[in-house]
Amino acid sequence: MHELSIACELVKSAAAEAERHGAARVVGLDLVLGALTGVEPDALVFAFPVAAAGTRCDGAELRIEIERAKGRCVDCSATSEVDSLMSACPECGAWPIGLEGGREMRLRSVEVT
Amino acid sequence: MCGTCGCGQPDAVGHEHGHGHHHHHDHHHEHTHATQSTTLIQVEKALLAENDRFAAENRALFDERRTRCFNLISGPGAGKTTLLEKTLEGLLARSVACAVIEGDQTTDLDAQRIARTGAPVTQIETGRSCHLDAHQVGHALERVEAPRDGLLFIENVGNLICPTEFQLGEHERVTIVSTAEGNDKPAKYPLAFRTATAVVISKIDLLAHVDFDLAEARRVIRGLNPRAPIFELSARTGEGMDAWLSWLHSIR
Repeated sequence: MHELSIACELVKSAAAEAERHGAARVVGLDLVLGALTGVEPDALVFAFPVAAAGTRCDGAELRIEIERAKGRCVDCSATSEVDSLMSACPECGAWPIGLEGGREMRLRSVEVT
Repeated sequence: MCGTCGCGQPDAVGHEHGHGHHHHHDHHHEHTHATQSTTLIQVEKALLAENDRFAAENRALFDERRTRCFNLISGPGAGKTTLLEKTLEGLLARSVACAVIEGDQTTDLDAQRIARTGAPVTQIETGRSCHLDAHQVGHALERVEAPRDGLLFIENVGNLICPTEFQLGEHERVTIVSTAEGNDKPAKYPLAFRTATAVVISKIDLLAHVDFDLAEARRVIRGLNPRAPIFELSARTGEGMDAWLSWLHSIR
């Protein structure tokens, strides 16, 4: 459950941004999360309220956009959208395939009031 | 109270309020606070920026002392500590300066084992946490010195998932899987093998007794990670240890 550590980092970052802008509360956070990272979105969403309790982020909504990886088959050159390191080429079944992206873990924006 | 990180300050973590859990929302979600105006602040900050900053500090310290740092990652019971004991015996016999940072949820049992080899060691007890982070390692470095021109081994908490996204400042990440665990582990926990700079298949003395398909394990590890050297060894019998020790020695 390393997502709790990540949720704590998120809360700290968002609260600091709110403070810098003189805002009392964080009402929303927008996240970009790569499909090939070791962070499980559901676990992060579950952990977030625990980390946010008693902070400026208390009650804030966590919005996660999943960044899928781009796959390119080394055998047949087919391109695909990939969610797992173990994904095979959807055209010819080859594995591994060339992968690009899917590793983002970024706090894009914070909505404050 | 920590001078560089301010970690003595009260933390938001640890509250046990009874909040209901949130669900994902579609991007076109409705705001329920229509009467309040909100402001959107563009942040564009890496989620683990704090950890990465501490990792960079650790790395700078290692580089200044010409210490090569290894982060050892595996599931519980893959034989990390036994491999480390035998590794230290081998390296200390070759007069290579070594030190160890042990990570476990609780107890200093591993640190006691390592101390018997004569290598300086300190234990990090992570409590409820399932991985080491760079901040904890920074503090551990106040208790054990990064050996000048030597090797520092960090034995992570036994877990093939959580430690993978947390850089500690290491130069090399060694992912270990034992024959007793099954050859499907690399496929089931691919990120730990993908992000490794070396892979160890341990307990090969058990190959005759377990259904571990070595060729299949190699194939998947290679598919995930074409570059990392793969060491097949048994710390117990010593088989394969020479190649491993030579590698550690050569990249010092």
